Amino acid sequence: MPNALRKPWVGIALIAAVLVVAPLAVGASLGNAWVRVLDFAALYVMLALGLNIVVGFAGLLDLGYIAFYAVGAYLYALLCSPHFGIHWPVWAVLPLGALVAGIFGVLLGAPTLRLRGDYLAIVTLGFGEIIRIFLNNLNTPVNITNGPQGIARIDPITLFGQPLSRPLEFLGVGFSGVMLYYYLFVVLALGIVFVGIRLQDSRIGRAWVAIREDEVAAKACGINTRNVKLLAFAMGASFGGISGGLFAGFQEFVSPESFSLLESVMVLCMVVLGGMGHIPGVILGGLLLTVLPEIFRQGAGPLQQALFGTVVLDPEALRMLLFGLALIAVMLYRPAGLWPEPRHRSEYKQ
Amino acid sequence: MTVLLEARRVSKHFGGVQALKDVSLSINAGEIYGLIGPNGAGKTTFFNVLTGLYRRDGGEVVFGGTPLRLSSPHQVAQAGIARTFQNIRLFANMTALENVMVGRHLRTRAGVIGAVVRGRGTRAEEAAIRTRAQQLLHYVGIGDSANRVARHLSYGDQRRLEIARALATDPKLLALDEPAAGMNATETAALKTLIEGLRADGLTVLLIEHDVRLVMGLCDRVAVLDYGEKIAEDIPANVQQDPTVIGAYLGGAA
Repeated sequence: MPNALRKPWVGIALIAAVLVVAPLAVGASLGNAWVRVLDFAALYVMLALGLNIVVGFAGLLDLGYIAFYAVGAYLYALLCSPHFGIHWPVWAVLPLGALVAGIFGVLLGAPTLRLRGDYLAIVTLGFGEIIRIFLNNLNTPVNITNGPQGIARIDPITLFGQPLSRPLEFLGVGFSGVMLYYYLFVVLALGIVFVGIRLQDSRIGRAWVAIREDEVAAKACGINTRNVKLLAFAMGASFGGISGGLFAGFQEFVSPESFSLLESVMVLCMVVLGGMGHIPGVILGGLLLTVLPEIFRQGAGPLQQALFGTVVLDPEALRMLLFGLALIAVMLYRPAGLWPEPRHRSEYKQ
Repeated sequence: MTVLLEARRVSKHFGGVQALKDVSLSINAGEIYGLIGPNGAGKTTFFNVLTGLYRRDGGEVVFGGTPLRLSSPHQVAQAGIARTFQNIRLFANMTALENVMVGRHLRTRAGVIGAVVRGRGTRAEEAAIRTRAQQLLHYVGIGDSANRVARHLSYGDQRRLEIARALATDPKLLALDEPAAGMNATETAALKTLIEGLRADGLTVLLIEHDVRLVMGLCDRVAVLDYGEKIAEDIPANVQQDPTVIGAYLGGAA
């Protein structure tokens, strides 16, 4: 590698350039549908980074994480839609979503403090389902969530008077709505990356990892494991709440269907496949698991048509099959994830 | 001589098994106090009760003049009792330095906002944690291994690292649970020097040990537990001669 590439600012500038140009390039070559995929990739990266705090740092297996995404999304939907006739500005709703989701994180964490591993996983799974079922049924006797129909006509996210759903012409370049959302999501995702990195390398982050490594020893070292675990749940949940709010504004529609167990499992897969506890790995996991299935979904049909003259396997089924195979392969050959923490390397550097 | 820790009639049972029965002992400030006894005598149970991992059924513990309530381990650590474990419990995938830095958790303050903003106060605190951790690693003699992952350290070094981590909580009393277990003669001798150094620096040490020679050579006073009861407490030379103790170890009806 040439020396210039080793300087950190060169890498940062390269990444920034790629992030800025990506939606324009993708939009021009592949169309806006693929920019939309990038939007979702950014959302899932945020989710995966939030779950990484709980699962990766603190070692608390959470199978109901999508519930916090749901809390954030429904909060946005209720406060920015004709459903109740409330139209709050986004800068008020998103932080509130983070806060409320954080409170839900503590609500989930408090009764599960003594549980670990499988037992914790079962309880969190139940929690995720409870939230979804509540959203499904809270339309009677008082209609709060509008039940299975979901909430429609949600306000798009509006920044500086510009609704991000509308195209914008800026410096002679045309930006479609999905591109504008892309920039917002990427900025927020970078913010979450920043917070994650800062937390990891801090007194709190060390306490989380200590609990993951050996809870009894962590207690004996004077760590108040109850508070520190609740903090992990709250932090992770608040990231989920923010991305949920963004999701609601982006889709302009939410329904309980979007928050199924499969979604929790997908986010967990991003964390585990990428490399638990390693932020770059988790980002990679989030990107791969959003973009690759989309490539298969769109590519598998035409490819089969070209090869066999007909579609032999339903692309949707094929997608899940390949996903399952990929999971098994990674767990067999790279059990620590695709890009795990380079712990061992630091040992030889000295 | 001031009493640092006084246990009065401490009891603990698991179901029908009386693991500790009215154990009373007092440890003076600045001494090395040995706790010995045959396997299953209740030594580790006493440690766990003392450090809050187990809840005691009866009795009280007075530490530094104030009673320790039925409290959780982190509160015991806060009060100034640090411990190591019989089967080493390190944070295996963290480096040696990070292990000791975790030990500073108790005596530092930075929270989430401090960590994210990383203002001057937080940076100074973080630097202080790092410096102190490095000092402690040097103190126990593994300063060169600071960046090695804990599970890759040799057995003896892992024991030392556990002591360094315990020292990082600024304890008044250091409780060591069989620190010489599994060590060879050279490592044991080095450990002895380390513990003597701790005492010279003003620390009080409570030591559970099987290695009788180490206990007799190191401790100022020794208590013997047998079937959850204290059967002797004296200077090592007297304990060695005590017929009850000899009986407990040899299994005779002495």
